[in-house]
Amino acid sequence: MRRTARDTEESARRINRRSLMMGGAMVAMFAVLGVRMRFLSVEQADEFRLLAEENRINMRLIPPERGLIFDRNGVLIAGNEQNYRVTVTREEAGDVDAVLARLTNLIPITAEDMERIKRDLDRNSPFVPIIVADRLSWEDFSKVAMNAPTLPGVTPEVGLSRHYPLVEDFSHVVGYVGPVSERDLEERPDPDPVLRIPEFQIGKIGVERWMEDTLRGSAGNKRIEVNHVGRVMRELERTDGTPGRDLQLTIDAEVQNFIQARLGEESAACVVMDVNTGEIIACASSPGFDPNLFVRGITQRDYSALMEDDHRPLANKTVQGAYPPGSTFKMVTALAALEEGLITPETTHYCPGYLEFGDRRFHCWKRGGHGTVDLAKSLSESCDVYYYEIAQAVGIDKIAEMGRRLGLGIRHDLPMSAISEGIMPNKAWKQERWGQDWRIGDTINASIGQGYVLASPLQLTVMTARIATGRAVVPRLIRAIDGTPEPLPEAEPLGLSAEGLRAIRGGMYEVMNTQRGTAYSSRIADETMAFAGKTGTSQVRNITAAERARGVISNDQLPWNRRDHALYVGYAPYENPRYAVTVVVEHGGGGSAAAAPIARDAILRVLHGDIPPLTAYPANQRGRIETDLNALREKLRDLTQTGNSRA
Amino acid sequence: MSFLEYRVKTVPGGLRKVFYLNWPLVVLITAVAAVGFLILYSIAGGRMEVWAEPQMKRFAAGLVLMFAIALVPIWFWRNMAGLAYGTSLLLLLAVEFFGVVGMGAQRWLDIGPLRLQPSELAKVTMVMMLAAYYDWLDLKKTSHPLWVLIPVLMILVPTFLVVIQPNLGTSLMLLMGGAAVMFAAGVSIWYFAVVAALIGGLVFAVFTTRGTPWQFLHDYQYRRIDTFLDPSADPLGAGYNIMQAKIALGSGGWGGKGFMQGTQSRLNFLPEKHTDFIFTTLGEEFGFVGAFSLLILYGLILFFCFTSALQSKDRFSQLLIIGLSANFFLYLAVNLSMVMGMAPVVGVPLPFLSYGGSVMLVLLIAFGLIQSAHVHRPR
Repeated sequence: MRRTARDTEESARRINRRSLMMGGAMVAMFAVLGVRMRFLSVEQADEFRLLAEENRINMRLIPPERGLIFDRNGVLIAGNEQNYRVTVTREEAGDVDAVLARLTNLIPITAEDMERIKRDLDRNSPFVPIIVADRLSWEDFSKVAMNAPTLPGVTPEVGLSRHYPLVEDFSHVVGYVGPVSERDLEERPDPDPVLRIPEFQIGKIGVERWMEDTLRGSAGNKRIEVNHVGRVMRELERTDGTPGRDLQLTIDAEVQNFIQARLGEESAACVVMDVNTGEIIACASSPGFDPNLFVRGITQRDYSALMEDDHRPLANKTVQGAYPPGSTFKMVTALAALEEGLITPETTHYCPGYLEFGDRRFHCWKRGGHGTVDLAKSLSESCDVYYYEIAQAVGIDKIAEMGRRLGLGIRHDLPMSAISEGIMPNKAWKQERWGQDWRIGDTINASIGQGYVLASPLQLTVMTARIATGRAVVPRLIRAIDGTPEPLPEAEPLGLSAEGLRAIRGGMYEVMNTQRGTAYSSRIADETMAFAGKTGTSQVRNITAAERARGVISNDQLPWNRRDHALYVGYAPYENPRYAVTVVVEHGGGGSAAAAPIARDAILRVLHGDIPPLTAYPANQRGRIETDLNALREKLRDLTQTGNSRA
Repeated sequence: MSFLEYRVKTVPGGLRKVFYLNWPLVVLITAVAAVGFLILYSIAGGRMEVWAEPQMKRFAAGLVLMFAIALVPIWFWRNMAGLAYGTSLLLLLAVEFFGVVGMGAQRWLDIGPLRLQPSELAKVTMVMMLAAYYDWLDLKKTSHPLWVLIPVLMILVPTFLVVIQPNLGTSLMLLMGGAAVMFAAGVSIWYFAVVAALIGGLVFAVFTTRGTPWQFLHDYQYRRIDTFLDPSADPLGAGYNIMQAKIALGSGGWGGKGFMQGTQSRLNFLPEKHTDFIFTTLGEEFGFVGAFSLLILYGLILFFCFTSALQSKDRFSQLLIIGLSANFFLYLAVNLSMVMGMAPVVGVPLPFLSYGGSVMLVLLIAFGLIQSAHVHRPR
């Protein structure tokens, strides 16, 4: 349509006016944008710069290498072994199923594992590596490494994992490590962030647990740049952590191995201690278990097998087991009476085989009685009536006080799990525990280590060492940390009269070295190493009068778990005591037959620093002993093979 | 059937036209595009072939197209307006049926090597159509209700076709772009006031119907609005884009982190870093100075467009330039508001910077038309 000039002018005028209005609006918008830009990038710059850095930089912890554990001679007890594993990353693999199928041809992957892998792959972001196989053999590992070009997304990795080369020998003392559980985290008020690293291992029981802070070390860290999905782009900075500190135990791994083998299949415990320093030379509980199973994550089947075993392999019987000490307690009663001046070594009592008290009759183990008994004879022949008599005069409170001085009924602080305090009862204890008055009958029972009295093999060893030295020896398990020896304070004297102690030790010598002594057959022939000790047999059930009338059934005829515990405490050499030993054989029968021979072998092994020579044994036993020792030698571990000695 | 009401003789002819092109505009456009190449190069981690090189090729091709369009007389384009408009409506229909589904929406057509977004083309053709309409319309009838209804329909038809794709951002831009032409043509201001009031009511309705079966928008569109209102509420989910964009812009500070030093984009924290959110990388690497300079370049482009419009006496040319400039302005205003957290994330590219073929091509076609109007204006 043709327009007039006027219309054209009018049109242009209108458009110009409107476009100027629009231009104004645009300028205003530009101003708004500019101001906003300034606000974001100038005024809020610092805040956003920080956020950008937070986006970009991640801290990753570098797990520290766990401290090693050695025995007193530098034999490795707990080490870190290289753990070969293979991971797969979904994102890099492309066709994951095909890659996994190819991998299955190289290394064994069970259907179960495959299910877990698939589940993990689905559950995690595509860039997260998933463990396909753990603890591969070197052969399998290198197969994967060599085929890496055909396996996109598959990475062979090397990590560190705890390893216990001595297997069951230290399962109870050293314990084991395992993956950090929720409970581990809850127990700690401020858990070290390193515990949150997946695959990180923490001490679960034993030294591994109680020395965790020493062994763990501190984590290093690296600052890494990550992209939006958290994938690592590069490492910016790295601070190495400090590895955990190495521990040296007081235990001699060879002795430990010898004793563990000597205990064999018995449900038993044996503690050997240096009487002068308190260093624990051996601390064996049998049967043991393979701690490596727990590190790997024990299977349900293995675990229930351990739980259902009536010999309780998981229990550390040396510190955890609390047994009625039986006759091994007699030294305590005697010392209490001697200290009170109520008896002298020459005091005698007549033993008719029982003691009548009120309407109750307390029997001596020997039905016919021991006749006239003095202190030495009461120990060597283990007369019970003698102790019934003197205990009534001394009273339980004095006996308990003496027990405590000798280390019973108190907790010895060692880095081991489930350490039992035992029970050293007195009047107040019974009132508090049972709400009942203490009765003389309780004292009579306690005088021979029955009734309420309970003690662990460790406590009995401490008791023996204190009797042998007259000093308040304190047990020790850690010899050095990172090569720095732990301080070794000299034990305080117990303040007991020398005569009294001498009389007790004399009695213990006679137990072993007189014809009538209960452990004569377990004597040491070598005079310079003469053995002193005390046997004990503790009932795990009450013998009723009716039973007694029928004739007491011999142990052999009882079911295993109803038989008596066999106990033995001793030290050697008699003249110049060096080592104390305790052996407890659960349901082993008599202490002289079941426990004393083990104690002799153990202490001879320590004294000789090797398998004891036959000359140490009485001549008439050598034939049998030779066979036994040879059989034992077969079972010993060659520690020169496994020990990466670092001493 | 020439529409010329002015003396054609004053219009330069032949190759002499080249001297009459709006050269400052060409230089400015090239400058902005160059900034884009630089950033695309940086985002790709210093590699040309990823984004910068294809983008440069497209720009070069588009520039040639722009010159070609510029040299064709503007009255030819006026006569083509109806055809162009009709074609783009057909393409919009085609994209409904044969379009490629991307990002949950049907948005483009694959024609050989060309990936065409008809909705982008529609922005230009609709402006052409409206300008031609008002050029034809008797001046006195401009505000007559009947004659207002016709352009409104011209706007609503393509808008409807885009909104069902669904592409909210582009349909809003079509509405606003069309409204800008009507406004410039002199339609009574009261119409706009009424529409503004209606929109206010609609917004109210949109929010009150949310969650009911009659809700106006898709859930994701509601979520985008939520996100816009409070991006920090869901920094890992829906608010992630905006939060990261703001972090990138903000962390650039006054002078930026330096070329190729932007951690946000290089480490992939930025979503759509090479397309809609490209401005954030500019802000991160060149800071406020760089970002503001770009704003000035854009401002200058618009300034030259408007002066060109004001110089012309031809109604079609004037309306075309203003409409296309308004479109150009809408692109950048919406995009910048979006990345700076002032508007919901609606998927509008930043003109000449964002990586993408259709937009680049359409923009250069638009500037070709602006140039043509500039060259062929009566003197």
